[in-house]
Amino acid sequence: MGGVRLRGFGWRHAGRRAWAVRGVDLWVRRGERVLLLGPSGAGKSTLLAALAGLLPEDSGEQEGTIEIDGRPPAEVRERVGIVFQDPQSQLVMARSGDDVAFGLENRGVPAAQIWPRVDEVLHRVGFPYHRDRPTAALSGGEQQRLALAGALALRPDLLLLDEPTANLDPAGADLVRAAIARAVDGDTTLILVEHRIADALPLVDRVVVLEAGGGVRADGTPEAVFAAHGDALAADGVWVPGRQFPPRPAAAPAGEVLLTADRLGQPPRLAPTNLTVRAGEALAVLGPNGAGKSTLALLLGGLLKPGTGRLSASTELAGADARTAPHRWRAPALARRIGSVFQDPEHQFVTSTVFDELALGPRRTGATDVVVRQRVDDLLQRLRLDKLAGANPYTLSGGEARRLSVATALATAPRLVICDEPTFGQDRRTWQELVDLFAELRDAGHGLVTVTHDTDFVAALADRTLTLRPVP
Amino acid sequence: MIDFEPVARPDAPLARRNPVAKLAAALLFAFPLLATLDPVAPAIALAVELAVLPLFGLRYRVLLRRAWPLLLAAGGVLVTLVLFAADRSGRVLLDAGPIMVTSSVLLTALGLVLRLFAVALPGVIVFATTDPTDLADALVQNAKAPARFAIGALAAFRLLPLLSQEWQMIAMARRARGVDAGRNPVAKLRLFASTAFTLLVGAIRRGTRLAVAMDARGFDSTTPRTFARHQPFSTADWLLLICAPALAATALTISITLGTFTPLTP
Repeated sequence: MGGVRLRGFGWRHAGRRAWAVRGVDLWVRRGERVLLLGPSGAGKSTLLAALAGLLPEDSGEQEGTIEIDGRPPAEVRERVGIVFQDPQSQLVMARSGDDVAFGLENRGVPAAQIWPRVDEVLHRVGFPYHRDRPTAALSGGEQQRLALAGALALRPDLLLLDEPTANLDPAGADLVRAAIARAVDGDTTLILVEHRIADALPLVDRVVVLEAGGGVRADGTPEAVFAAHGDALAADGVWVPGRQFPPRPAAAPAGEVLLTADRLGQPPRLAPTNLTVRAGEALAVLGPNGAGKSTLALLLGGLLKPGTGRLSASTELAGADARTAPHRWRAPALARRIGSVFQDPEHQFVTSTVFDELALGPRRTGATDVVVRQRVDDLLQRLRLDKLAGANPYTLSGGEARRLSVATALATAPRLVICDEPTFGQDRRTWQELVDLFAELRDAGHGLVTVTHDTDFVAALADRTLTLRPVP
Repeated sequence: MIDFEPVARPDAPLARRNPVAKLAAALLFAFPLLATLDPVAPAIALAVELAVLPLFGLRYRVLLRRAWPLLLAAGGVLVTLVLFAADRSGRVLLDAGPIMVTSSVLLTALGLVLRLFAVALPGVIVFATTDPTDLADALVQNAKAPARFAIGALAAFRLLPLLSQEWQMIAMARRARGVDAGRNPVAKLRLFASTAFTLLVGAIRRGTRLAVAMDARGFDSTTPRTFARHQPFSTADWLLLICAPALAATALTISITLGTFTPLTP
């Protein structure tokens, strides 16, 4: 049970010209644990959805064959479990135990067996609360453990994990990986898609790398695959483990003060915080989930009225407007001085093409057409978006959307840039480009504040760090 | 923000009743009251509702907090009638030019306000004492509602509070991009529409992901569903179902006996 066989498999979503995944030949034996890799856009998620039987025949076009124990996935759905990336959109019920029971009810498990099975599987994934705990009161890591329990309760022969830790802070991701390690037994076949390979390797015994243009590029034990293909994979944006990044320390000492926060806080999310932000300096804000990092980013960005204390801008940043607090500035004045990059790029998109998206800021702040054109072209080229100038921002891949959201914040040439988790879920290539871009900005005298969990990013770029403690 | 969680002591004798029984009783109690326009029948009904409140494990203060939108509506009814009532007979209480407040105007207004409270409160009480999950379960088990609908609505319901956070984020992201409306009402309207559109796109995407996750756990399977939480329908539930319309009928009978009964259709 749980053996997977693909022969020349391909899938094209209805209405798309390009194949999401193509030419994949793969045989996974029962009980194997496979890490599925590939540059972004290689079709990893589509492949998992196909194995889970979640691609209805009328939603696209299939090539080749895909079989689980010799049968098409749609016929053996009850033997396959899948966990997705976003905890918010896979928990169904208000109480934790009910959520695990949901799948058992759907499969017609007799009522008398449901609660014992729920308690058993919650124990197995190390769920620390009673089953009546409201799902809304769980942290991201706990919610993902619960989602894992929901999949395991159905006793799948094949378990598919689609970046289960991508939305979590390091502590939460550790919890989920520990749960996977202890809860998945030797009979269950595991196929895992994960960005941060080094952390995922202890969970797997085989690595399969998909080629961006179709087919399988490499297949074997982790050691063999990375020894033979490590350099090429790294160049393609795959996070090959054990590779260091050159640090980019500041070329000059920090310059003028741009913002001063005096006991700045937002009860109950952020405790009063003192802080100065300087030009020519990269400041990294660290801390566990729930410490108020994102709230601090919004406050520093002049987007939220401070609940306690005050935030003042220097005349260096704001000229005559320095007398008023940033959250009272008109939006165009704010965008000229402070650029904010949000955690979810899609929140920021306002127009229907990539070009207009980049031109919006400069136009709103009164730049001439010639200047707008030039600035947009520069940014398009700099962030490898030039071929996508006419595309709709909502159709971009994760990496492209992130690059565009950073570019939009830079388009008005603000003196200070504030980013919330800019490297979240990015492949190695985009990551390196972002680090280089931010380093250049800083060395050109811009201030940079980054809220992040990414220790590599901090090591490569940060000149100073501020660690927030959770609100007591 | 809208609060969906029950706020009553769950072990109170009437709060424990089957959710479908409670909902049906509320409807059976409130519906007959629509037949009359007089203030007496709804006043009796309201007295009954307030009297049984402790049996639902609900405190009066909590009910007030839940039901405050009704007070606004009542104020609205009062103002509208004072300004626009057609029948201005009876004793004149206040004569301020075009606005003449008479005893009949006040009596009609009182009737309507009492009616509003008497009809709406049972619903407020039921939802304040019922867990949404239990309601969805009971709808499927006792009222034979399709699971696809009841459980699907329950899952969608859980995502509602996220929308207000999302709205805030989108609005802030727009300000960060240099987009604001200032004092221009047309620009304000356009900004509102475009924020709403972005919210809608996000909601549809999240809803789609949730639907896929639910189907991945067999929500679309053809196997008959079992129920982890059995929702019993006991004699006490039947009793509630019988008592509710009987009490409403009593209120109407008293109104008829006193001669105050005013049918909706003359």
